[in-house]
Amino acid sequence: MQSTSPRFRENAGEALRDASLQRALRNIPTGFIKKRQKAADRMPEFEDLRDAARDLKNRTLANLDFYLEEFESKVVANGGTVHWCSNAEQAREAILCICRLVGAETVTKGKSMIGEEIGINDFLEENGMTPVETDLGEYIIQLRKEPPSHIIAPAIHVNKEQVAEAFFEAHQDLDADRNLDQPTALLAEARGKLRERFLAADVGITGANFLIAETGSSVIVTNEGNGDLTQILPRIHIAIASIEKVVPTLDDASTLLRVLTRSATGQEASVYTTFSTGPRRAEDPDGPEQFHVVLLDNGRSEMMGTEFQEMLRCIRCGACLNHCPVYGAVGGHAYGWVYPGPMGAVLTPSLIGVDEAGHLPNASTFCGRCEEVCPVRIPLPKLMRHWRELEFRKGNPAIRFRYGLKAWALLARMPWLYRRIMGLAMHTLAGWARGTGVLQKAPLAGGWTAHRDMPAPEGATFQNQWRAHVARNRDSGT
Amino acid sequence: MTKAADQESPTVALFVTCLVDLFRPTVGFAAVKLLEDAGCRVEVPAAQTCCGQPAFNSGDRKSARGIAKSVIKKFESFDYVVAPSGSCGGMIIKHYPELFEGDEKWEARAEALAARTHELTSFLIDVMGRRAVDTRLSATCTYHDSCSSLRELGVKEQPRTLLNSVFGLELKELEQTEVCCGFGGTFCVKYPEISNAMVSKKASHAEATGAEMLLAGDLGCLFNIAGKLLRNGSKMDVRHVAEVLAGMTDTPPIGRPPRRGDIPVEGGAKKASSAPTAIPAGHAARDA
Repeated sequence: MQSTSPRFRENAGEALRDASLQRALRNIPTGFIKKRQKAADRMPEFEDLRDAARDLKNRTLANLDFYLEEFESKVVANGGTVHWCSNAEQAREAILCICRLVGAETVTKGKSMIGEEIGINDFLEENGMTPVETDLGEYIIQLRKEPPSHIIAPAIHVNKEQVAEAFFEAHQDLDADRNLDQPTALLAEARGKLRERFLAADVGITGANFLIAETGSSVIVTNEGNGDLTQILPRIHIAIASIEKVVPTLDDASTLLRVLTRSATGQEASVYTTFSTGPRRAEDPDGPEQFHVVLLDNGRSEMMGTEFQEMLRCIRCGACLNHCPVYGAVGGHAYGWVYPGPMGAVLTPSLIGVDEAGHLPNASTFCGRCEEVCPVRIPLPKLMRHWRELEFRKGNPAIRFRYGLKAWALLARMPWLYRRIMGLAMHTLAGWARGTGVLQKAPLAGGWTAHRDMPAPEGATFQNQWRAHVARNRDSGT
Repeated sequence: MTKAADQESPTVALFVTCLVDLFRPTVGFAAVKLLEDAGCRVEVPAAQTCCGQPAFNSGDRKSARGIAKSVIKKFESFDYVVAPSGSCGGMIIKHYPELFEGDEKWEARAEALAARTHELTSFLIDVMGRRAVDTRLSATCTYHDSCSSLRELGVKEQPRTLLNSVFGLELKELEQTEVCCGFGGTFCVKYPEISNAMVSKKASHAEATGAEMLLAGDLGCLFNIAGKLLRNGSKMDVRHVAEVLAGMTDTPPIGRPPRRGDIPVEGGAKKASSAPTAIPAGHAARDA
């Protein structure tokens, strides 16, 4: 996927002026946020569980190579195949190769952020196949030819009228006068259309919430059941996952599942939690003939051993997006690549380069709500700040800003000069306010005064007044 | 923590913060009064400037460490350090130790200072054991939690406990009180449109409470919210929580015109004649 992250500012401006997007974003506080809070409140051990989840991910990452090899050996023992791919291109080729071997025409897809990361749909289409998203949200945005705007609610930016419009456009074989006003009508139509696709599919591609080393299983967490039909009905099941998805044991997966669903949607468990272990065995009533796992690195092993290793704990619950006031203001598309919100602000520069995605870790107030809700306690503000440090060392912030900052930092270490200069500056600013209490314009503060008044200084600084106060008390002997 | 038994009248160094020092000295005097009323001896170390947060959050770790070292040197000899700000307090308490992690010479000093540093309302309650202030103000107020106070320092109940003790004051909670106001230091000038969207929501939630006054413990948030309310033509007043707790509400609310003769000048005398600029009579008109 081509990133538009360098245009973050412009993207954000457009998003702020998009009335239907703004309407959709207003539902987040009452939806996801309240549901998560209720789920956490219902579980007395939730905070302990978050610690346990963090610790088990840390232990796994410390021995990632071992668990990945164990996972592969179990997949092979079960009759499946693991494809190690160091970048998106290799992953696309591996998938295409499998699809071609069985002469695939229709490829159904469960929801997968790795699928977005490697741009698999466009690639399969370019190679003459028909990829069909089967998660309702993903299906909608596939019809609308746009990327997801949220990692667990891909079509959160779309309203039901826009869905109906997309369905009328795409399903032209149906009665043009049908009524699609109700969400249930939309759901029924999507279900009917997708059922045909499920049955026609030659290959089913799913993501994986976890890969389990001790059993060689992939796990998906869904609410619609589309994932199960995607991986069971076709002859081939391909699970695509990045390397940090591996966990040692079934018990570990259970621990993470308990924090994942509560953090994501406030559910104690999702409607479907499906474990896939190898292809169909002789005694199985159903299942795919072949089971492939496409394991993607794509820059993640470069994060190992750096400050950003902590980011690899992420289990993609989306809680940081839901609680982020910046995401809540501009939505997911503004971020310009696959992963939006705070987790995207840290991960995206690692995967596509900080030159491309430098805005993302800068566009944060460090309000800390993301870290407060992260189920695996990733210190997201600290990691965003670390990107800023790397940027600063490379000399990236604008020259004017850098010099301003350096001058301030220098002055801050010369208190006597600071007091003189700032004392004068405050008198000047107080004068500019002309007794109104505010400044309508101030140097270097155009971004501020475009939208709000600037309260003027009272006049003399506290320290100067305080010194006079102390001197007066001394003189009067008090 | 309760009142330290051996510390009936501890010496407290006031970390004024640059915004209070330069823009709103009233808050500094209010903090001094609250601390003295609580039995503290207050000192204002003369050579203080800034906590270094702008450099730290902009990725200039080297400058941040330089400033942090000078703060540590100037403040480490006092019993306590108190800041009328969760943001600057959080910088010293949470981030100084992080800045010097693994530094043999400075890590322990940073941690020792962090352990003795407190946000103002939290210090009054958690360290000095105060539960009430002896003040009155007949007003309906709402309180905005700054992100740093709330999430870095866990300050939530302390300002509310003190405000509820102000005779005549009624507190009304904001909707979405835990959400950031959009200030974010340099964020508000680097991403002004997003910041504006955030502060607009905050201002409308504030107005929806019907309160006459919005209070908070951080001048950054206060200037941001006040600036938006003023631009919107709102009648809501905005003040630092310390001003109300100390009963120092004679100075105009943030961003409101000073009354004639009210501009504080060097030397502390409140005389309009020595003010830096002439104050026009009838200053009510403010350009929208």
